[in-house]
Amino acid sequence: MRVTESRPDPDALLTRAQAEEPQPRHGRLKVFFGMCAGVGKTYAMLQEARERRQSGTDVLAGYIETHKRTETDALKVGLEELPPLWVDYRGVRLRELDLDAVLARRPGLVLVDELAHTNAESLRHAKRYQDVLEILDAGIDVYTTVNVQHIESLNDVVAQITGVSVNETVPDSMIERADEIELVDIPPDDLLERLREGKVYVADQVQRAVQQFFRRENLVALRELALRETAARVGEQVRVERAGRGETRPWATSERILVCVGPSPLSARVIRIARRMAAAVQAEWLAVSIETPGQSEIATAQVRRNLKLAERLGAEPTVLSGDRVVDEILAYAVRHNVTKIVVGKPTLPRWREWLRGSIVDELIRRSGEIDVHVVKGEPEDVVAARASTDRRQVDWKAYAAATGVIAVCTILAAIAGPYVPTVNLTMIFLAGVVFVATRYTVGPSVLGSVLAAFLFNFLFTEPYYTFVIHDPTLFITFIALLVTALVVSGLAQRVRRQAQGMRTRYHRTFALYFMSRQLAAAASADSLARVAAKHVADVFQGDTVILIPDSLGHLAAVAQSGEFAAELTNERTAAQWVFEHRQWAGWSTETLPASQAIYLPLIASGKPLGVLAMRPRRPESPLEPDQRHMLETFATQLAIAMERAAFASEAEVARREAETEHVRSSLLSCVSHDLRTPLAAIAGAASTLVDDPAQLTGTARRELAQSIAEEAGRLNQLVGKLLDMTRLEAAGFRLQKDWYPLDELVGAALTRLSSALHPRPVTTDIPGDLPLLQVDGPLIEEVLGNLLENAARYTPSDSTVTVRASSATNGILVEVMDEGPGLQPGTEKDIFRRFVRHRPSGDRSGSGLGLAICEAVVRLHGGQMGAENRLGGGARFWFTLPVTPETPPGFSGASDSAAADQTSPTSTLETMM
Amino acid sequence: MSVTPACVLLVEDELPIRRFLRPSIDAAGWRLVEAETGQRGILEASQNRPEVIILDLGLPDIDGIEVVRRVREWSAVPIIILSARGQEKDKIAALDAGADDYVSKPFGVGELIARVRVAMRHAARQAQPSADATIVAGDIVIDLPRRVVTRCGQEVHLTPLEYKLLTTLARHAGMVMTQRQLLREVWGPGYAEESTYLRMFVRQLRQKLEKEPSQPRYLLTEVGVGYRLRLE
Repeated sequence: MRVTESRPDPDALLTRAQAEEPQPRHGRLKVFFGMCAGVGKTYAMLQEARERRQSGTDVLAGYIETHKRTETDALKVGLEELPPLWVDYRGVRLRELDLDAVLARRPGLVLVDELAHTNAESLRHAKRYQDVLEILDAGIDVYTTVNVQHIESLNDVVAQITGVSVNETVPDSMIERADEIELVDIPPDDLLERLREGKVYVADQVQRAVQQFFRRENLVALRELALRETAARVGEQVRVERAGRGETRPWATSERILVCVGPSPLSARVIRIARRMAAAVQAEWLAVSIETPGQSEIATAQVRRNLKLAERLGAEPTVLSGDRVVDEILAYAVRHNVTKIVVGKPTLPRWREWLRGSIVDELIRRSGEIDVHVVKGEPEDVVAARASTDRRQVDWKAYAAATGVIAVCTILAAIAGPYVPTVNLTMIFLAGVVFVATRYTVGPSVLGSVLAAFLFNFLFTEPYYTFVIHDPTLFITFIALLVTALVVSGLAQRVRRQAQGMRTRYHRTFALYFMSRQLAAAASADSLARVAAKHVADVFQGDTVILIPDSLGHLAAVAQSGEFAAELTNERTAAQWVFEHRQWAGWSTETLPASQAIYLPLIASGKPLGVLAMRPRRPESPLEPDQRHMLETFATQLAIAMERAAFASEAEVARREAETEHVRSSLLSCVSHDLRTPLAAIAGAASTLVDDPAQLTGTARRELAQSIAEEAGRLNQLVGKLLDMTRLEAAGFRLQKDWYPLDELVGAALTRLSSALHPRPVTTDIPGDLPLLQVDGPLIEEVLGNLLENAARYTPSDSTVTVRASSATNGILVEVMDEGPGLQPGTEKDIFRRFVRHRPSGDRSGSGLGLAICEAVVRLHGGQMGAENRLGGGARFWFTLPVTPETPPGFSGASDSAAADQTSPTSTLETMM
Repeated sequence: MSVTPACVLLVEDELPIRRFLRPSIDAAGWRLVEAETGQRGILEASQNRPEVIILDLGLPDIDGIEVVRRVREWSAVPIIILSARGQEKDKIAALDAGADDYVSKPFGVGELIARVRVAMRHAARQAQPSADATIVAGDIVIDLPRRVVTRCGQEVHLTPLEYKLLTTLARHAGMVMTQRQLLREVWGPGYAEESTYLRMFVRQLRQKLEKEPSQPRYLLTEVGVGYRLRLE
């Protein structure tokens, strides 16, 4: 046991192997990291790049921001610099990294300054770090620079320290991904000195803000932050190394952290805290938001922003829907083995909490084994959050209705007043309040109950027409009315929300179910794509196109729903990019957001199979997280179905290959035995005749000649059948159909085989009124011939052979019956396989191909074939041929003229004579 | 037999086939002229004026059908085609181009000699139209001048079209006629593709003339090619 503990954890080794292995394919990322601008990151990067160039690396300066600092500029000399991409954006010319030029140039190492930069809108990616990721994926090394305040998880901390908030951030995963981090550090005093000397770039217009930023205490704090972050990164590398060597247990914790994300900007802080907690213990973390029905659009948008932030910080975001927030959170936490829940401190006033119940309290009370961390949100955000959550449409109609209902109650009470005790009149009002509460939200219900209480007090209690209350029990009545209104309206609202949630879920589940059912029914990739395109278009209200690569790897639309032209160059580029990078892009994403459509890769078993493109009909409202999930599920379903179809066709190919293999080996044995035997006989007989003609008697010579003729005949038949079989199975084979009466084909076959059948009596039973058949005449004659030949071969010469035809349900049934020994029981199916001889007979004169050819011909005609033993002995072979509903061309005309011809029977002939 | 034996031209590139045909043609009392190529065959045909040409469709230099066409430009000599089974299209093309009959490879010598005889007889009949006023196919007798058809001595009533079809087949008795040829001669050039008419009338003829219409003895179908009236 002890031994196992010090043994390297296989998972850890795997992680390390994965970190080391992809190096030949992925570029290495080195980050020059600093506490703020002016520490000399670009300078350090350029210096190292020069060294790399001298040691032979192909270095390209992709994008360098020297801010016209002479020392830095000097270092650029001698390095190949990529011309920047100039982008016009609202009248401003922006200088950007030319990503495609980098990818086309394929240097060994590319320098990309300012990793946190936000790209101009028309570029492929929203952020420069995405450009860098693409460069790395292309196997090119990257040197880049970043400041501590741009790291997503430290963003708010830096803002707290300096009071300056930065919008351009880099996800932590990007830093974690770096193979190397170099901290570029100078003491704050030196930096301030450089600032004074004007060696730090400062734009004029933000001079004052910058002055405030570059204060000594700020710099000290930022420096500490940068050092710590670097130390943490180094620590992580050490940990990975150690784990690989098995020195310590790799995962000190098996923590899993869940952060609750709400519709408030302060959730962002909670998310960052959760991220730091997770990073500190190397735990996986999840971000969960509960979508309650009736949530305002603004709140939903804020939740979406928060979840996106969590995702950027490395969390796995999830949106759950349900009315009971705590239940949902706890159920999810238990399902995912969460050990810690992080939740923001409640910001509601105490009375509201008391009224509606506190989520945090409930969570803490019911969390059981799971730790709950309550962290503070920022107070100034609360107003905004409240404003955003409470800004709902006021439903004036509901208030009017509530007032109306209570008015009716008052009239009823006034009518009933003289006849019932006063206290019982409250029942009328109670009924009214309940009625309002079940129908409308809390507001109208409360209005109703208050109105009811006041009207009751004003009109029906002593002293009349005042709001003065003499009887204290009436207070109880009022409170009862109010509580009833609140409880009932709350319950009713919850039921309504649940019903709405259920409906939404039902619709989604149904849509998915419906699509998967149709996908299961579709067979080819094209029909699968058509089904999926239609469903995605219906469910997401957008024009949908499914693109699948052709043999050259170019994506081509195979199915389309709506009028979206995916052929546009821009859109085509987006689709191709998605296919190659296996990531989402286009509308509502951060890559190529200017595209008209959103593009999803169709991936199954890690292989991209195609791209799903959907152009929304209302592009102004972006995809909700749950819609994204839904879309992804659709895409996954389609991909799996496409993979299944591909597997099925591969299996079919394999099956055919196996069959071909079997046939080939049978053919080989056929060639080696069945062809050689007659050949040997012919060669032997012929050589005897050639060598010693004098010594042979006349009879002997005749016998030899006879055997040559017979064997040659056999050989000829065999070769003929092999050729037929080959011809039937050739890829381009087509039936040469024409209209034939069946009796004519039977007649021709009988004539051809008359000598083989002789002297067996042959009876034919073919009704004269059978419809004409549209068949390949020579082939059907061949079928009949083969069956007759079989009958001749395996039956005694005095037995009858019968050919019978009759109309069957969907065609014509043809039977060939004999009175021979019949088939071996159990072989009725096998006999139609190639190279199977089917009768218990030592006679090897059959090729074993005849019936296989028959079966193939009949199958090609869309008919069926079978064989069985007759009750009275003998074999019965049958096949069906479909009768085409259409009449043969000119048939009606022919019968007319024939009829006309018939009506004047021999008289014409006689008169002519 | 006349003093000068009839001449048979064999256009065939395969030596073994020529070799095995030689003794049988000699035995039949005909003079055999051989040609290995199509060009040579056309030349020999013009020089020797054969009574019958036996022509292989698969020749090394030019297509057999082309040979038929060229010979037909100046001669009505009967041409018998040799071709493999399954090449119905080629057979029809050669027959429509003017060949008179075909024999499928591999074939028995006896069969070929019989066909050559039929062809010679046909040519002789063409030369003296008045000679054969009646055609006999087994128990069927066609009396051309009287326009009467009898079977086993019993007169058979035929419609004009049936009669025309039967006599067309009878004029080429023993030789195959393609559907197109029959349609053109009986119905007229506009009907060359209406094979269904033909099938209907052949069926009616069989009903009237054959003892067992589904196992015909005289009005034979060459599936995929055409029809043949067999004389016995």
